[in-house]
Amino acid sequence: MASAEGGAYSYSLTVFSPSGKLVQIEHALAAVSSGTTSLGIKASNGIVIATEKKSSSILIDDSMIDKVSVICPNIGIVYSGMGPDFRVLVAKARKSAQAYWKVYGEYPPTKVLTQEIATIMQQATHSGGVRPYGVSLLVAGWDITRGPCLYQVDPSGSYWAWKASAIGKNMVNAKTFLEKRYNDDISLEDAIHTALLTLKEGFEGHMTEKTIDIGIVTVPSQAELEAGKIEGTGRVKPTFRKLSEEEVRDYLAM
Amino acid sequence: MSDRIYLGLPGLATDVTTLKEVFRYRVNMYTIKEEREIEPETFAHLVSSTLYEKRFGPYFIEPVMAGLEKTPSGAYKPFIAATDLIGCLNFAKDFVVAGTASTKLYGVAEGLWEPDLEPEDLFETCAQTLLNAVDRDAYSGWGAEVHLITKDKVIKRTLKGRMD
Repeated sequence: MASAEGGAYSYSLTVFSPSGKLVQIEHALAAVSSGTTSLGIKASNGIVIATEKKSSSILIDDSMIDKVSVICPNIGIVYSGMGPDFRVLVAKARKSAQAYWKVYGEYPPTKVLTQEIATIMQQATHSGGVRPYGVSLLVAGWDITRGPCLYQVDPSGSYWAWKASAIGKNMVNAKTFLEKRYNDDISLEDAIHTALLTLKEGFEGHMTEKTIDIGIVTVPSQAELEAGKIEGTGRVKPTFRKLSEEEVRDYLAM
Repeated sequence: MSDRIYLGLPGLATDVTTLKEVFRYRVNMYTIKEEREIEPETFAHLVSSTLYEKRFGPYFIEPVMAGLEKTPSGAYKPFIAATDLIGCLNFAKDFVVAGTASTKLYGVAEGLWEPDLEPEDLFETCAQTLLNAVDRDAYSGWGAEVHLITKDKVIKRTLKGRMD
């Protein structure tokens, strides 16, 4: 008999406990809430997603750590929880976005990609021989039909659209902080500052451009939309991008 | 295919039926999944990738598509495209043709088409192009059908042609 909370039900995740819970999913959520804090804020003209990226040793080259990942030119994601699981999901999400492009000649809307990721994560909760992904994600993107969208995906495979949300270690505090700070018509610039301020709340140690990772979604102007794809390459203009260390430093200084 | 996308499927009759059902299925799935109508250009890519899936045992069909696409400002813009039987896309500004009379259609359309035709002039150009090209083709004929797609209505006209 397995011990502690879940008893015999805590191992085989495809078996319900008598109370109706899948205990492994709850354990996965526990892994998420012990992970570093990440947050996302939707502004009137864009979205910001941000996270702590602290390394355990000063010898680690932190410029090489990616905690905010670009999935396709219009979508980026950030995570709290287990880094390796996130990497796997990023690879799968990118593949899915490219597969969509191959069929429709355009990149998926945020909602469609989020559903796709959520499906992958849900599958890990009822397939044999696997464990759930130990991550929660914040998916931020822009598309022509829905504009800027921010989604959260949990290990269970459930997802929600948020105006602002936080995941990971300090999520409860961060969320109350965001609730106080948020209003529907803040600008992207303000949102970035709010994001930094919220991160600062639960930050241990010094917050520098090397210890945070930020990604932003910008809404293209009417003129940019009319202009269409980039001349020459025929690629779409990216609406999601990561902020460089210099940019982050400037925001921190402000 | 939708209120503002029309698809012509000249080719092998069994494949016409099969592909019609395949596209109906895929467009419906797209509409449900994405909770939006498919745009003509997106649909053209869908047609292309559907045909290319059967690259080494293709459907004997060369589709032509016409529709109205939404511009970023919310207006509607005419859209036409065609592909070969394995899905090589051709986005044309002027005209697209397909079928057994395609060579003749190219010739007549080249002579009759001019830019910025008004709906009724466009109909006349299209109708004359079709009837005259078809008369020079042994495999096609028995009249024609023209769909005139405008932003507030679609007019379908059936034309009489030679019956031999």
